Amino acid sequence: MKTGLKLLGWVLIAGFVSAGCASKPPTNIMSGPSQVQLRSYQTRAFDTTDRTTMLRSVIATLQDLGFVIDKADEDLGAITATKLKGYKIRMTVVVRPRGETQLLVRANAHYNLEPIEDPRPYQDFFAALGKGVFLTAHNVD
Amino acid sequence: MQRSVTVAAAALFCLAVVTLGGCASMPEDAFQLAPTSLQERRIQSRNYATSDDAMLLRAGAGVLQDLGYAIDESNVALGVLSASKRIDAKDVGQIATALIVSALTGSPTPIDTEQTVRVCLVMNRSLADPATSVARITIQREIVNDRGQVARAEPIDEPEIYQAFFAKLSKATFLEANEI
Repeated sequence: MKTGLKLLGWVLIAGFVSAGCASKPPTNIMSGPSQVQLRSYQTRAFDTTDRTTMLRSVIATLQDLGFVIDKADEDLGAITATKLKGYKIRMTVVVRPRGETQLLVRANAHYNLEPIEDPRPYQDFFAALGKGVFLTAHNVD
Repeated sequence: MQRSVTVAAAALFCLAVVTLGGCASMPEDAFQLAPTSLQERRIQSRNYATSDDAMLLRAGAGVLQDLGYAIDESNVALGVLSASKRIDAKDVGQIATALIVSALTGSPTPIDTEQTVRVCLVMNRSLADPATSVARITIQREIVNDRGQVARAEPIDEPEIYQAFFAKLSKATFLEANEI
């Protein structure tokens, strides 16, 4: 009897452990993590107004990082790409004007099924992009 | 009694490892330029002595169609062309091994059945010489097994595959492909 209870306890604990990975309710479709902070991780400003060259640099950087381009839209300024390396990363980068002299580049990515919310991967991406365009990536408030 | 607790603890540990493995964190270098990235770029790129990158893209689309790919995305202004095809991934050696393992263990072993290969061709004007276009392709594939699970998701790195593509592109354009 006691063993049975103990076993039930273990099963419950196991249930909680796996609940961390359980599929989330559909509320996630229109909600996400704290937008303001995340947006600042994901965004940089560059001192150029040449959007096409920036988009081409984004594509080249993504290729350097091992991505294959899924979508490229010049009108919207959006590039979507996927990297497969034992895992799957899907990333979208959008380039749009900021004022008269700058371009704003925003990236967001998923690692397998989870959104990437850690600032580090975005820092790495913008560092690689900055090298490609020979421009400094400015943080945006 | 003591033993059953130990067994239960071991089982729980295994379960935790398996479940947490499912949400394994991202490798730190996923967005860092690999030390081999220059070498990879060289394998994946060729220079063509033309400034007409739209013509090269059209020729690339033709080559990919000859190889059975379907075009998924194209954008001439950005010089991008993406294509994919789904092909058989069955491997006689793997099937034989799976049969032997199944016979020994009594449980069926999954075998690879299908793969999706994706190719992306990007054209750029050379920075050093505007009369030269640089073509770069990247290839990756996802293999699915007979249980519908993704068995492998990986880049294709073999230089021969890239050489074969550029040889066909050269033939289609009557232009010589020069290594960068």
